[in-house]
Amino acid sequence: MIARTLFIPVVLLLVLTFLIGPFLIIVAASFSAGETLAFPPQGFSLQWIFKVFTVDSFRASFATSMLLAVGGTAAALLLGIPASYALSRYTLPGAEIVRTVVSAPIIVPGIIVGLALLRYIVVPMQASMTLILFLAHTALVLPYAVRVVSASLENLRSDIEEAAVLLGSSRLGAFFRVVLPNIRGGILSAFILGFVTSFNQVPLSLFLSAPGVRTLPVDMMAYMEIVFDPSVAALSSLLAFLSIGIVFAAERFLGFSRYV
Amino acid sequence: MSKTSYLTLDKMTLAYGDAVAVPELELAVEKGELIALLGPSGCGKTTTMRAIAGLLPVKSGRVVLDGVDITRVAANKRAVGLMFQSYALFPHLTVYENVAFGLRLKGMRGSELDAKVRAGLTSVGLAQFADRKPAELSGGQQQRVALARSMVMEPKVLLLDEPLSNLDARLRLDMRTELQRVQKDTGVTMIFVTHDQAEALSLADRIVVMKSGRIEQIGTPEDIYNRPVSAFVADFVGFENIFPLEAGKLKTSAGLVPLSQPLSDQTPSAAGLAWRPRMVTLGSGPFRGTVRGTSFAGHTREYLLDSVLGEIKAEVDASEPVHAIGTEVAFDLEADRAAPLSRFN
Repeated sequence: MIARTLFIPVVLLLVLTFLIGPFLIIVAASFSAGETLAFPPQGFSLQWIFKVFTVDSFRASFATSMLLAVGGTAAALLLGIPASYALSRYTLPGAEIVRTVVSAPIIVPGIIVGLALLRYIVVPMQASMTLILFLAHTALVLPYAVRVVSASLENLRSDIEEAAVLLGSSRLGAFFRVVLPNIRGGILSAFILGFVTSFNQVPLSLFLSAPGVRTLPVDMMAYMEIVFDPSVAALSSLLAFLSIGIVFAAERFLGFSRYV
Repeated sequence: MSKTSYLTLDKMTLAYGDAVAVPELELAVEKGELIALLGPSGCGKTTTMRAIAGLLPVKSGRVVLDGVDITRVAANKRAVGLMFQSYALFPHLTVYENVAFGLRLKGMRGSELDAKVRAGLTSVGLAQFADRKPAELSGGQQQRVALARSMVMEPKVLLLDEPLSNLDARLRLDMRTELQRVQKDTGVTMIFVTHDQAEALSLADRIVVMKSGRIEQIGTPEDIYNRPVSAFVADFVGFENIFPLEAGKLKTSAGLVPLSQPLSDQTPSAAGLAWRPRMVTLGSGPFRGTVRGTSFAGHTREYLLDSVLGEIKAEVDASEPVHAIGTEVAFDLEADRAAPLSRFN
């Protein structure tokens, strides 16, 4: 009996330890006063937090990652919103194929996509690395955009569009006047989810780097191979808190979890 | 069919893909009329309504409104309003903005817009709810917003999809009164779709009974209720005892059964006869039935009889003596009380 009452709390504790433990270690390590990435941290200082902002390559790759996350997610939404709308409102021939193609990036491992893009697009076509990264991240985020936007379209009755049309609006006008405002929450949720997915993406971006063009997580890995100081831990902590902040704000203001 | 009717459906054919849902419908509606399209689900009444609104393309034939052929006119340019069964209010807009929606699209602004929206809301008794969102209103209030939203557009025809079916009994009476008042005040032509005969009978000037995409009967509520032309209409408005006629006799599963009295002169060509339960004479007559079931219904008592004619439903005043289940009782179906049916389908 005692064994049974203890079982669930113990499992819960273990799960939480495995999930949050590494994160706590990284956060602790980033406040270290020592010269190497180590746990437990040696002393306390904020020097590594400050150092993060002085590393040039971090600044450049942060800009790249931001551009990809914002631009790629925006592009995915520009494709994904009309796609979701068409999939939810019309019975189209080949709708299932579209759904499968759209969700393929979730199923295919990123590293395979990255390698394939490098081998068959970047190298033979001498394509711009930034452009390829942008396309790859757009494709990566598209399934999330379609899924989240579709969920909020499903909750919206289609007869309000007909009502708008009968009140004098065009079909397109009805979409902008009554559909878009009512799926705003879903679109913002899709944006945040896409942003976080893109920003934290490593496997897809691993092969897709060129001189001066690298995403932040890939740059952090490269940095660690050369310099083993706590600044990577500090940067990780900063990014983690940024992500948590975004998700909490989204949940607080938009009811984010309703759409995912 | 008069050429001067306000709304004319001229051989209007509607189809979903290759499947024809409504073939060559002919209907003429006069200005200011309140028409009910009545029929079971799948009879084409909603399809017809959507075609009048322009939400469904017309495959062939014409729709003429106020002298103008609107068959190919887009839904947003028809001056036809529709009150949806679900009300279809815009959830992100306030009640005020819902009502203002169409007026703004017409280019109306400022005090003219404000006056019109306020007047619309006042007319349905919702002026004090202008700043609420639709979700903060009751179903009945939402429906009145939907009515005001359609009516401020001054449509030539207002279509209503099952206007009373989502409301409880008390609100039903309110809304019925409300619709009749709006119709009287504005003279707008109204066409509403319903599967509920009571709704159609109580609200409409004329009822169009539809079956499988075709019009079965058009008539006043009295016509439809008392003089159904076919077995389908008779069944739909509550004639429970319906028999085909052959050589002046009732055709039943047990063969031809002669009536107790000769057919009157008005009914020699009738294809069938129909009796409401109230029209069955119980306690005397040439037929014998065994009481299978009985139930008390306040003013009346209903009986289900097994007889040579098959199953008979009778309804008599509750003050009459009660016939117990299993007893045999005499009854009659008198020809002169029956509704003669010109078609038996």
